[in-house]
Amino acid sequence: MPKIEVDEMRCKGCKLCTKACPKQCIEMSDTFSKTGYYPAKLAKQDCCIGCAMCYTVCPDLAITVYK
Amino acid sequence: MSEKVLMKGNEALAEGAIRAGCRFFAGYPITPQNEVPEYMSWRQEEVGGAFVQAESEIAAVNMLYGAAATGTRSMTSSSSPGISLKQEGISYLAGADMPCLIANIMRGGPGLGNIAGAQGDYIQATRGGGNGDYRLIVLAPFSVHELANFPKKAFELAEKYRMPAMILADGILGQMMEGMSFDFDPVEPAALKPACWSIGGARAEGKKRNMVYSYALGEGELEKMVLKRADKYALIERDEVIYEERFTEDAEILVVAYGISARASIEAINIARKKGIKVGLLRPITLWPFPTKRIKELSSKVKCILCPEMSLGQMIVDVKLAVDGKVPVYLHARPGAFFPVAEDIAVAIESALTGKKEQLFDLESLADKATLGCHQPENKPSKEGALL
Amino acid sequence: MNPITHKPKSLVDISTHYCPGCGHSVVHRLIGEVIDELGIQNRTVIVAPVGCAVFADKYFDCDSIQGPHGRGPAIATGIKRAKPDSIVFSYQGDGDLASIGMAEIIHAAARGEKITVIFINNAIYGMTGGQMAPTTLVGQPATTCPKGRNPDLQGYPINVSEMLSQLKSPKYIERVSVDSAPNVIKAKKAIKKAFQNQVDNVGFSFVEVLSICPTNWGVEPIKALDFLREKMMPQYPLGVFKDEGKTQEGK
Repeated sequence: MPKIEVDEMRCKGCKLCTKACPKQCIEMSDTFSKTGYYPAKLAKQDCCIGCAMCYTVCPDLAITVYK
Repeated sequence: MSEKVLMKGNEALAEGAIRAGCRFFAGYPITPQNEVPEYMSWRQEEVGGAFVQAESEIAAVNMLYGAAATGTRSMTSSSSPGISLKQEGISYLAGADMPCLIANIMRGGPGLGNIAGAQGDYIQATRGGGNGDYRLIVLAPFSVHELANFPKKAFELAEKYRMPAMILADGILGQMMEGMSFDFDPVEPAALKPACWSIGGARAEGKKRNMVYSYALGEGELEKMVLKRADKYALIERDEVIYEERFTEDAEILVVAYGISARASIEAINIARKKGIKVGLLRPITLWPFPTKRIKELSSKVKCILCPEMSLGQMIVDVKLAVDGKVPVYLHARPGAFFPVAEDIAVAIESALTGKKEQLFDLESLADKATLGCHQPENKPSKEGALL
Repeated sequence: MNPITHKPKSLVDISTHYCPGCGHSVVHRLIGEVIDELGIQNRTVIVAPVGCAVFADKYFDCDSIQGPHGRGPAIATGIKRAKPDSIVFSYQGDGDLASIGMAEIIHAAARGEKITVIFINNAIYGMTGGQMAPTTLVGQPATTCPKGRNPDLQGYPINVSEMLSQLKSPKYIERVSVDSAPNVIKAKKAIKKAFQNQVDNVGFSFVEVLSICPTNWGVEPIKALDFLREKMMPQYPLGVFKDEGKTQEGK
C-alpha cells in the first residue's frame, strides 16, 4: 500500500495537507514536535492511494510519498 | 596611449570608461551630464557592451548593481539631484562590496538648484551618502585629461578593494572642451581576471553558488561585516591617497582646493606670487581617502590655510580635522554654482595672511543678516524669460 | 516501496523561515522543480526582494543577489544585459512589486527585458506585519486600515497582470493560484513556461501567484484558502493575459 512520511522537523502544522487529501487519511498529531508544532500524520493505514496531493500543497517539503 | 585631441569633458569621461573596459552603462538624463549617456548609447554598442536608458536614477543604479555583480566593469553617471536618488543603490553596492564606477557631474543645489557646475556634494560623496557606515573611493579630476584617465584608476581601485568608486567632477569640467589624451592602452575586458565573487555562472565551474547581499541578521554578524570593511578602509587611507602639490616648499600660506576650484586657485597663486606672496597649493585628487597626513605636515610650516570651494564649506571640514586647530583655516565660498574667480581668490589669499575679511567667508557676521519669517524667495524670470 | 516525491536539487535542503501555510514556500518548490527540469541551475540567478521573501536567496542553490525594495526588475535587467546567457528571475511580493517597485516592473516589462518575474500576491504586507498593500481588497482590514480598505480614502486594488498586459513588449503574463493541489499543478506549468521562454530567449515573462498569508490575515491556513477563493479570486481572476511565445516571433 502507498504511504506518506511526514518529516516532523519540517512540518509546521498548517493542516493544508489534511484538506488536500482526497481520502481524508491525514490528521494532526496531538503531541508537539521538537519545533513546537502539532505535525501532520497518516492517521489511517491502508487509506493512502499515493496521489501526492498532500505533497503538492505542502509548503514545507515535509511530506514524502511512497508507492 | 593616444594623440592629443580636443574633447568635451563628459565625452572624454565616457570614452575613458570604455577604454578602461567598461561594458555596461545605465543612466538617466540630467543636465549637465547628458553627454555621458548619449555617448555611451552608441559607443557601448560598438564595443559589444550594454547600454540602458533607465526609467529613473534609482533604476539605473540598481541596473548597475546587477551588472556589477556579474563581474562586468559597469558604470552609471548623473548629476547632484540624480546622485541623491542613487544613494539607495550606492548603499547596497557598498554593503554588498560591489566594485563599480559612479560619476557625479555636480550642479548647484539644494533641490533643483540650477544646472551650472558646483561642489556641493563633497560631504555626500566622501561620507557615503546613503544609509549606514561606508565609504566610496572618490576621485576628483580637475581637467578633461584627468576626467578621461580616471575611470581606469577608479575601476582598478574599486576592484582591488571590492567597493564602489566615484568620480566627483562638476558641470564646468563636464561641459568644457580642452586638449587631452589617454595615458593608457585600451583595456580588453576578456583579458581581465574574472571575479571570484561574480554571479551568473559561479556553479558552472563546478564551484558553489555565489551570493551577493548586504544583510546580516544574526546576532553580531552585521558588526563583524562592518568592522571587516573598516579594516579595508584603513588600508585604503594608508595606501591610496593621491594629491598634487605646487609651490609648497617655501609657502607661508597654503591653498587647499580640488577640482575646478583648484584650476582657479592655480591662477590665483600666480597672481599672488607676482606680488611676492609665498603661497602654495595642495590639491587633493582622492577626496576619500583624504590627504590628511600631508595637510597635517604642511600645517606646521604655514601661517594659515585657505580653502576656496564652490560650496558653503564642505572639504574645509576635512582640512580642519587634519590641521587640528594648529593654524587658522579660512574659506572662500561660492555656493551658488558660480565659477570661482582667480582675482577674488588672490584677494582672499591676501586677506587670510593680513587678517582682513575681504573675499573670506565671515561666519561671525552672517547670523546678524539672517532673515526669518514669511519672506518669499525671489523667483522672477531671468532676462531671457526662462527659469533654470 | 520507493519514494515518488523528491526534493528539488536546486533548493537548499533546509527549513524555511516562512509561517505555517505560507504560499511562498510552495512557489519556491515549484521554481526549484522547474529549474531542475530545465537543467538551468548553473546559470540561474535569483534576484531576491525586500519583504517576506528577502531570504529566498538562501533557499535556492543557485547564484543570487538581494536588492533594494522593489528594484528587482532593474537589478535583473543589469544582470541579463551584462550576462545574456544567464537565466535571471526576479521574485517579488505585492508591496515590493506593486507599490514601491511599480516603476521598475512597468519599465522592465515595457523594454521587453528577457527575464522572468514571479509575483506573489497575498494582498497584504507580510514582513512588516500586515499593513495595507496596493493589492489589499476593498473592505479587507489591515494594520494601516483597521476598518478595512476604503476606496474613498485608499482607492481600489491594483490588478498588475491586467495592467502589464496592456503593454506591447511582454510575451507572457498569467495569473495562477496555489490554493489547491490542481491549482498548484497549473501554477507550476505557468512558472515552467515563464522560465522556458527565457531559455528560448522569447521575452519578458510574468507569473502572478495568488497566495495566502494566514498570519497577517489573522486566520488559520485552511480558512485562508477560503478567503483566497471567495474574496481574492473575484478581484484577481485566474488566467492567461498574454501569451506570445516564440511561435509568434517575427509575425
